[in-house]
Amino acid sequence: MGGNFDNAGEVSSNIKTVLKQIGLPKDVIRKAALVAYESEINIVSYARKGMIRLRVVPDSIMIEAIDEGQGIPDIEQAMQPGFSTANQKIREMGFGAGMGLCNIKSFSDVFHISSEVGKGTHLRMIIRASSAVLNS
Amino acid sequence: MDLESIVKALNLKVRSGEDKLKAEIRGGYTGDLLSDVMANSNEGDVWITRQVHQNIVAVASLKEHAGIILVHGSEPAKDTLEKAVKGGVPIMVSDLPGFEVIGRLYALMNKTG
Ligand SMILES: Nc1ncnc2c1ncn2[C@@H]1O[C@H](COP(=O)(O)OP(=O)(O)OP(=O)(O)O)[C@@H](O)[C@H]1O
Ligand SMILES: [Mg+2]
Repeated sequence: MGGNFDNAGEVSSNIKTVLKQIGLPKDVIRKAALVAYESEINIVSYARKGMIRLRVVPDSIMIEAIDEGQGIPDIEQAMQPGFSTANQKIREMGFGAGMGLCNIKSFSDVFHISSEVGKGTHLRMIIRASSAVLNS
Repeated sequence: MDLESIVKALNLKVRSGEDKLKAEIRGGYTGDLLSDVMANSNEGDVWITRQVHQNIVAVASLKEHAGIILVHGSEPAKDTLEKAVKGGVPIMVSDLPGFEVIGRLYALMNKTG
């Protein structure tokens, strides 16, 4: 997956299709699409290889992005809006605003990130169906 | 308002998704940073950008945009066009600078509501 932008977005698109088939609320699908897409692009941009895992339980979904790659030396800094180490090639494609991780966090109900330099990065996000939907 | 009336009014050239021009436009969003567009645009928006890389097709279909308008004479890259045709994502192009396209579009959409 890492380094190849030709099929970037395909995993997210598949996730979206599956969630639609299950019939989850629009809002959950909208959030999941962003979370999956930004995770996918970060793997393609910064990791050697990786995978996106989707788990669906009745009231929420969990998306995990696990990669093998350079890892993140300073997570707090990487989470800052606007911080980016994206190279020229990545920027020319419209990435590298330094917004991906913050957006993943704000679109998730639970957000966990851990990373080891030289090993890889692990993101875990939970998106809940809103209580209004559950009660209806 | 649908894409077809915008194409006519702004004299856009349609490069893909000709069969989707009846789609209703709910709003618009402008941006060249994909993470910004992912976070802030909405379903049914027409997306005005200068990005031509194939990633725009993935973003537009994930966000279920009505279509993409490339401004200032930008043309979709070859693989962008292939993906857009395959995915049925309308890409339209204009020679006008973004400021003018957006201004006209805004006036048009707010006139008819
Ligand atoms: N999976 C990862 N492996 C290694 N480094 C990462 C990973 N994800 C993010 N980073 C680092 O964190 C920085 C910030 O990531 P973030 O997704 O917020 O912004 P970006 O990818 O630079 O730009 P944008 O997502 O807005 O296009 C990246 O520039 C990169 O240095
Ligand atoms: Mg990113």
